This record gives sequence, C-alpha cells and structure tokens, in this order.
Amino acid sequence: MEALLSRYRNLTVLLVVVVAQLLYLAYQVKTNRDERLIRVWAVTAVTPMAGIVEAVRHNTIGFLEDYFILLDVREQNRKLKADNDHLRMENTYFRNQLSTAEHARALTLFQAQSPSKTVAARVIGNSTVATAKAVFIDRGSTSGIENGMAVVTPEGVVGKVVAVYPLVSQVLLVTDPTFKVGVESQKGHIHGVLDCGTGKCTVQEIQNEDRIDVGEEFFTSGEDRIFPRGFPVGTVVSAAPGQGMKDVKLNLSGAPGGAEEVLVVLRGVHRPIPSAPAEDSTRAALPAPPAETGDAVASASKPQTEADKIVQKYDSIGKQEGHVYGAVGSAIPNFNLKPAAEAKSPVAGGTAAQAAPAPPSPILGSRPGVTSTASKPPAATRTSSPELTLPLGAPRRKAVTPAVPLGGQAPPPASTTQ
Amino acid sequence: MINETSDTLLKRPALRDSWFSRFEVLALAAITVVAIIGKFYLPRLLPHTEWLELPLLLTVYFGLTRRNPISSLLFGAFVGLSEDSLSPATIPIGMYGITKTLVGYFAASVSVRFNVDNPAIRLVLCFFFYFFHAFFYWVMRRALLGQVVPFDPQETFVHGALNAVIALPLFAVLDRIKLSGTT
Repeated sequence: MEALLSRYRNLTVLLVVVVAQLLYLAYQVKTNRDERLIRVWAVTAVTPMAGIVEAVRHNTIGFLEDYFILLDVREQNRKLKADNDHLRMENTYFRNQLSTAEHARALTLFQAQSPSKTVAARVIGNSTVATAKAVFIDRGSTSGIENGMAVVTPEGVVGKVVAVYPLVSQVLLVTDPTFKVGVESQKGHIHGVLDCGTGKCTVQEIQNEDRIDVGEEFFTSGEDRIFPRGFPVGTVVSAAPGQGMKDVKLNLSGAPGGAEEVLVVLRGVHRPIPSAPAEDSTRAALPAPPAETGDAVASASKPQTEADKIVQKYDSIGKQEGHVYGAVGSAIPNFNLKPAAEAKSPVAGGTAAQAAPAPPSPILGSRPGVTSTASKPPAATRTSSPELTLPLGAPRRKAVTPAVPLGGQAPPPASTTQ
Repeated sequence: MINETSDTLLKRPALRDSWFSRFEVLALAAITVVAIIGKFYLPRLLPHTEWLELPLLLTVYFGLTRRNPISSLLFGAFVGLSEDSLSPATIPIGMYGITKTLVGYFAASVSVRFNVDNPAIRLVLCFFFYFFHAFFYWVMRRALLGQVVPFDPQETFVHGALNAVIALPLFAVLDRIKLSGTT
C-alpha cells in the first residue's frame, strides 16, 4: 500500500485536494449556507486597496490627463497660448465640477422624489468570475444595507445585494445569467420575466397573443419581491412571435455594468406604472393651445357639405312656411320656394347662414353650444306655434332639458314636440 | 580538481529550483495578490477586460516552471480559492479551487514532457489551459450547482487566444525576474 501511494503520490495528492474541495462544495450546497468567514477575510483584505485605487483614480486621473495635455501644448506654444491653456484648464475643471454636481443632483433629486428610501453608493470593484456579473459597492451593513435589497439608478435597475460586509456589499447585476426580474409592459400591463442570460436581454413568459410594440417600455412589476413596482427596466427593440412564447428583446435603460454611482433601496415602495412615457424635461415644448371661443365654435358649424346646405335650405323653408318637421297636422311646405335669406342676396353667392343674421337651427351632430343658441327661432318667423323648429328627421318625443347650473333652478323645457 | 568542480556543479541546485528558493514566498504571494486584485479591479479601469485571467496565467506559469505537480496543484488550489472568496455569493467556494487545482497539476505534468521554454509551446499551452479552465468551470456550474449559464465556444476561443498572447510577454517578464534573482 505504501509502495502504491509513493508511486502515485502526485495523483493521490491531487485526488485528496480535489475531493476535499468537492466535499466542501457539497456541504455548502447542501446546507445552502455561504461560508461567510472566508469571504469576509478576502473582501476585507482586497476592498480597501480597491477603494483607495478607485478614489485616487476618480480624483486624480482627470487632473493628470489635463496636466499632460497642457504640458504638450505649452511646449508648442508657450507664450502665445498661455492664457488659452489657463482658460482651458479652468474650463475643464469647472466642467468636471458641473458634471459631478449635475450627476449628484440628479441622483439626489431622484432620491428625494422616489417614495422608496434609498442610500447612494459607489461601485469600487468587479467580481473575479468573468461569466458572473457582480460588482462591489462601498456601502455595507453599517449603512443599513441588507441581503436581497434592490440596487437601482434613476435610469433603471442595476441588480440586487447578494452579500453584505461591514463596509462593502456585493451586488449581482441584472445581466448575470442566473438573475431574473419580474417586469410589466407599460401599455398592456403584460407581465414577463427579464432574462439577460444569453448576453442579450429578453422578456420571457409572454404569450404570442399578447401585444407588445417596439419602443414600448417595461417596468418592474414587483412580483420578484426585490424591485419595487414601477422602476424603469428597458425599451423593446424587437418583438416577434416565437415557439410557444413571444420573443421580446429589450434594451436596458440603465447601464448595470457601467454604473459608477447607484442607489440601494433600503425600503421599497411600489409605484404605479406610468401610463405615458415620461416627458423629457430638456426638450423644448410649446404651451398648450388656447381654449376654443364661442365665435370659433360658431364658425365651425357652417355648412361644410352639400347635405348640410340642403338641410339648411329646408330648414329655412320650414321656418318661412311655419312648418314643423315631423309634427302631426302641419301643412306641407312648398319646397320649390327659395329661402328668404337666399332670395334677399342671390348675388352674394354665400350660404344661407352667411346671408341671414339668424343662426342656423340645430343640426344633428352639431356642437351642443351651437344647438343651445340656435334653437330659438327669430320672433318674426314664429307664426302659428311656439314650438321649436326641428330639422328633418329629428326626434320629436322629448324636449332637451338644459343642464342645471350648480345652485340655480332648472329652467323650464324650451319646447315639447309631442 | 575536476572532480571537485563537477561535484560542486552537480550538487548545485538547478536554475529553476534556485529561482524558487531565492524568489521569496512573500514575493510570490504578492504577485498572486496583484493578479487577483487585477482581476477584481482591472475591468473598472479598463472596460471589456473581464476575459483577462491573470490568476490562471500565473498558475500555468508556476506549473510550467516549477515542474512539481504537488506544489503546482496546491498553488492552483490557493489561487482558485482566493478567487472564489471574491466571487458572487451565489457561487459557493471551491469552484475555481477545483478547476485551478487541475490546471496546476496538468501544467506541471506537461512541463515534464515538453520543452516549455519554447514560446510557441507556451502559447499553445496557455490557450489550451484557458479553454479547459473555462469549459470545466462551465461544466461544474451546470453539473454541481444546476445553474444554466451560457457557454460560447467562439467567444472562449477568442478569449483564450488573447490570454495566450498576453501570456508570452508576461512569462518573459517573470523569466527576467527569475534570472535577475539568480545572479
């Protein structure tokens, strides 16, 4: 046995090491328990260095770049461009300041507007697994972060916290193959599951019969119990029927892998899905058009078609002859007569409405405002009956009762055509 | 006189062994830590460099130059477990440990049979070990953890080639450090 072991010593050691790791792996999987101690040691050892490097890079790289650029320029045009260099340096500095301030303000604004309680954090490092999409942020349990909390940016979702250490936390990005997010479409409120496992983000579990439009936005549905409902997720870039389920591809609105500053949702509050796309505040927009006036409404009721003109002509003839259309016992009017208004100004070539001062009688389909003002015929045309003249084919059963003003008495019915 | 000289030459440890004896354990640990932190932080500095497997290249280099399977597999296990401790909490510790243990063992075994100082052989071996590493890790995630993760052979092929290209100057630099250490 000893001879065998000494002969296959290398292989034996290999087997022992691999089997030991396999057993350790199996123990973790079986107990579903993460070996926190080892991770805490490793993270505590590595993240301070990464944090320092990140801070140095963040604060000095821009300055160093500018310095070298300016040094090169100074060598070429030392005297002539000295002022220009100074201004450029200032400009760069202020632009950086402005950019930083704007970004911070946007983050703060989102933080203030969002009903969810959030805490801002900065990404300081990546995961060591190339295929797993995870990052480290510079906030840990001391900032109130707990396992499973959602991580977002104002633009969209980023991921969820999968490990919390005292000063840092690990965030699994939504682009990780094992991460799924419950999403909901904006228009049809169709629910699906976001999956970025294949490299491109798709929304799964959507029936072929459901309607999804290209350009439609998806929001978190809150069903995954990670992200509160109503956070933007992405825009549909293609939607085609697939085998069994619809093939919907999504373009993530945020940049989970490229985000440098994120918000960790400490206490999420569900929000409704916005019914319309959010307006771009930076886009110039005209003010709303003014409300239509009464004159404008009246001019819109002028006869537009031949049928309107005929109805108007018959209405005028009816008024002249004292005929109530549809009334029982009313004499048949002479339709060969020319309407009075038309007879008075035949050369004008305008319509009856233009020639006659009296407004037209109510026309089916005309605007209510017009109807109420035009329903009273002129006194001169009232001959035998005080009843209101109605156009051809108008119903004659009930009088139209005007609306009762708030706090006032209802006026009596204008007419009844019974 | 001649016998004494030849005895001295024979008793003197080989160049490779002398390097490891002179090359302090701390220095090796420092390089390993730099490689792991490089993988941890490099994608933040240089985007789209997730494919760069410095810890793997270091394991391969150790195996190829050390030519001792036991120390190589232990070094691979150490590097892999260190990486595992910085991996997402959804992946248990030991996945990279097992993979890099095997890589270290095979690298040392191969170095006994081939002239691994030849750059062309190093290039091929680095490419092969990268592909083996990526494929075996994917198989373990599927088989042991039941995680359905994609494996793109084309992408792995390209990344393997890139790592092999990066390995040549990296190994040359490490060789130079080794030579300076012996003089």
